[in-house]
Amino acid sequence: MKARRKRDKNWVASRAVQVSFVILLLGLWYLGTTRWRISPILLPNPVAVWHELKDVLSTGEYIPDLRITLTELAIAFSISSTTGITLGYLISRSRYSIRVFEPLLAGIYSVPIILFLPLYILFFGLGPASKIALGATISFFPIVLNTIAGFGYVDRIFILSARSMGASDYQLFRWVLLPAAFPVILTGLRIGFTIALLSILGSETIASLAGLGHRIVHLAEGMDTARMFAYIAFAVAIALFLNTVTSMLEARARQR
Amino acid sequence: MAASDVAVRARNVSHQFGEEGESLHVRALLDTSLDIRRGELFCLIGPSGCGKSTLLNVIGGLLTPTSGKVMVGNTDVRGPLPQEVAYVFQENALFPWSTVLENVSLGMMFQGVPRAEREPRARKSLEAVGLADFADHYPGQLSGGMRQRAALARALSLETDVLLMDEPFGALDEQTRMVLGEDLSVLLSRTNKSIVFVTHSLGEAVFLADRVAVFSARPGTIKDIIAIDEPHPRKPSFMTSEKFTALRNQLFGLLHEEIRKAMADSTASERGAGGKGGGAKPS
Repeated sequence: MKARRKRDKNWVASRAVQVSFVILLLGLWYLGTTRWRISPILLPNPVAVWHELKDVLSTGEYIPDLRITLTELAIAFSISSTTGITLGYLISRSRYSIRVFEPLLAGIYSVPIILFLPLYILFFGLGPASKIALGATISFFPIVLNTIAGFGYVDRIFILSARSMGASDYQLFRWVLLPAAFPVILTGLRIGFTIALLSILGSETIASLAGLGHRIVHLAEGMDTARMFAYIAFAVAIALFLNTVTSMLEARARQR
Repeated sequence: MAASDVAVRARNVSHQFGEEGESLHVRALLDTSLDIRRGELFCLIGPSGCGKSTLLNVIGGLLTPTSGKVMVGNTDVRGPLPQEVAYVFQENALFPWSTVLENVSLGMMFQGVPRAEREPRARKSLEAVGLADFADHYPGQLSGGMRQRAALARALSLETDVLLMDEPFGALDEQTRMVLGEDLSVLLSRTNKSIVFVTHSLGEAVFLADRVAVFSARPGTIKDIIAIDEPHPRKPSFMTSEKFTALRNQLFGLLHEEIRKAMADSTASERGAGGKGGGAKPS
């Protein structure tokens, strides 16, 4: 009981530090724009940003851009998760193919794939297709690698004991391989989802026709910095929300 | 011995890992023949790497021998025989993602037991090993000894005639193994199963077995078989009797020589061929 209270106390203390850190940053931001007279084109007043944000939300102006970004994300993630899990499973079926493909894929994963964006735009145009292709490519790697790790390194004793009790191929997959691999695959999916969102927002800011990233760059080019900050805050909130949801799903699925 | 009294019959079984000339080449088992009677507990004991586990895996159909054949009852062993043979592995063969009850039920599902029968049978066998209150725990929440009890419950629930146990208490501490050994003796005296039990422990072999086969150093084969003439279930007092000590000493005499030989052998081959190749585990 006592230990628990102590832990709660630590929890409160660390949360207090985190909150005061954020308040301090906001305070510095406010002082910077008022007392230290930083140009509002470089750094808008936080109050002005707040008003812009309210305006963006109340007019529903954000809806078409958000819809495009989320659609790109959904399509990219469905492509990368289905291909990643399928290929990962197939590769994990033999020691030989794991030895061949795992280092290869891990090697490509370490390449900054965003550098291929110009190529993707050449292939798929400025519209959503190039964002989807890039997001799917980038998020494919952690998903396929974690699927290989999940299925490929199931302890042999589990397989032997299931076989000794007469498990069929399907039963072995459903009751042994899948539950053994599931948590590892889930981590791959969460990482893949996060970096798909990052790369889609990022590529929208570089070359695009619509989407949240595109809107942010558009406002920056129009020197409408306060509204741009409002959109950045909005995009951050969406990203935070999605990442929290995926982390919660992961934690819930792992729970036993 | 009449054929119907034999539960497991092994004839001239040899097994080698890898091909001759390869660095991983190990002759694990050489021309071993063996009859295990119905209802007896048969112990395999011998130096590390002498092929006792290899023989067990051959009987269980998990390993196809290089030559020779094994029959369980009237069936040739060509792969796992889930209706006839159940296995208790050394440790941690329980699925960590399922509860104890689910683990036991899954085994029966693999074996083909109808759904409605699984849970009552699982609960019955958990009760038999003293884990009735832990049915809904996950293996990770149990001690090593309890996990092995659960693994035993899973094997018992399959209601096979033959039970193979590969150093089931090998990873446990001395006190836990002693208690588990006593419980096992009581439990098995009621079931009339034929059991093959691999162990390193002389005391365990004498306490549990009806007959003990002593293996020679690699390539392993059976050097001698000693009968332990003492009714089951055996009492703890048997462990302190003179008979126990005499049998244990007899086993020790047989084994000691082989262990020396095995160790001299492995150091010689390590010096000769730069290690015998740790990849294959022929024990």
